[in-house]
Amino acid sequence: MPVDIESRSSALDPDGMPVEELVVNVGPSHPSTHGVGRVVVHLDGDVVVRADPVIGYLHRGIEKMAENRTYLQVVPLTDRLDYVGSMYANWAYCRAVERLAGIRVPERAEYLRVIVCELQRIASHMMGLGAAAADTGAFTFFVYAFDQRERVVELFEELCGARLTYNYVRPGGVSYDAPEGWTDAVLGFVASLRASLPEMDKLFFGNTITRSRTKGIGVLSAEDAVAWGASGPVARASGVNWDLRKHDPYSVYPRMDFDIVVGENGDSYDRGRCRLFECYESCRILEQAIAQMGGGPVKAEGLARLIAPPPGDAYDHIESARGSLGVYLVSDGSVRPYRMHVRSPAFCNLALLGRLAVGHTLSDLVVIMGSLDPVFGEIDR
Amino acid sequence: MSALLERIAEHNPRLYPLFSLEFGDAVVGVERDELLATMTELKDAGFDRLGMVTAVDRGEAFVVVYRLQSRSLSAAIFVKTLVARSDASIPSVFGIWPAADWQEREVYDLFGIVFEGHPDLRRILLPEEFVGHPLRRDYDDERLIRRPDYI
Repeated sequence: MPVDIESRSSALDPDGMPVEELVVNVGPSHPSTHGVGRVVVHLDGDVVVRADPVIGYLHRGIEKMAENRTYLQVVPLTDRLDYVGSMYANWAYCRAVERLAGIRVPERAEYLRVIVCELQRIASHMMGLGAAAADTGAFTFFVYAFDQRERVVELFEELCGARLTYNYVRPGGVSYDAPEGWTDAVLGFVASLRASLPEMDKLFFGNTITRSRTKGIGVLSAEDAVAWGASGPVARASGVNWDLRKHDPYSVYPRMDFDIVVGENGDSYDRGRCRLFECYESCRILEQAIAQMGGGPVKAEGLARLIAPPPGDAYDHIESARGSLGVYLVSDGSVRPYRMHVRSPAFCNLALLGRLAVGHTLSDLVVIMGSLDPVFGEIDR
Repeated sequence: MSALLERIAEHNPRLYPLFSLEFGDAVVGVERDELLATMTELKDAGFDRLGMVTAVDRGEAFVVVYRLQSRSLSAAIFVKTLVARSDASIPSVFGIWPAADWQEREVYDLFGIVFEGHPDLRRILLPEEFVGHPLRRDYDDERLIRRPDYI
């Protein structure tokens, strides 16, 4: 449980000894900051009094770069946003372009998008859980999680040739149809993942050390989650039933039968476990999508290479592994976006770190940061 | 919800007709002086989530864009406000939705729009000593790579 800072400062000072606040700089190059995040931590003893995240070390100005590229040339830039979940930014951007230019996407392409994004969710959650586990010393779980992630990455490599930055979802469809036997390989992966998830759950979340390190650490109330704009597993772990796949359904998700994983306590344990259980739901969606997917084209017919949407603006969003990922596009009628803005879920979730860490120890801050699953490519843009 | 939009229209006769319903979400234009009152009203009407804050440089003025979401109403709404380039400031909505904290800092950082009443308005993505606001269309820097004019 977090320490009450006010009472502690006076309790620490029984003999009238001056208690100095210690400022510790964590990052930007530090293994537990999941990239190039930096946190300036003010400590009283080993208890965090104040934590200031400092971001921007990975700021490449992607929103500015997009203003100087054609609509198609922006897609590879979106790969570099959330680099452990490139498919999401691809898709969110393409949805905004399609909305702006009135492009209709063939049904098979929509199914392929759902399949790659659910696979991506598994890969991203495995990466997030594995990295958070490694922070607490659970290296065995890290290897188990990375094994599963590697299998997804191999499936993507077979699909589009890339392992990290896919450039797969394009305005009007996807770049390639699935190769022969690919959907069977996906089903094989789903079966093997389903078989190993209970073991992984027991290995990590059943572990006494994990439980004592994560339970009651960094508790986020449901009211705070909504007020501070948290989304994805971070909000759902606090009991906020909010998932765009259900509450603002897009693509072919209305045809899928799946549940939303909601936690109770909003602590680091629930946030992590929500991610693990979402992998089960992704498995269900994958099986249904592959069963429902029919034949047909995977790209919109007769789409010009230079898209020039009518003047106006459009916003569209999808549920990424980190939460509501939105892209706001403004067109002035030319072949380049006048303005592109990415509403990044990781950015809004990380804004909570300073609030969640107060009263916990420095080592708990690392756990809380891992449970927020930040990806700095998307935060800094 | 339509009664709510009508009330907003009454208070903002100049801006309201500027924007209409587009792409499924309701869009309302609000005068800068009316912003806080309108936002409070929208929050009370059930828009409990501030999804996005951003800005667009339109030359003479900036358009500050807010996207609000409501779980109870199952609706989303865009609020747009014009801010003159010569007087680039707007009231902060931090007091209504704390989610505005970092997002307003980002708009301040990249556009130079001052959010009055924001508790901690500092640059967020760029270093403190950075000069200029790069997402303004007239931003220039000798280090920028020029776009070749092949299309």
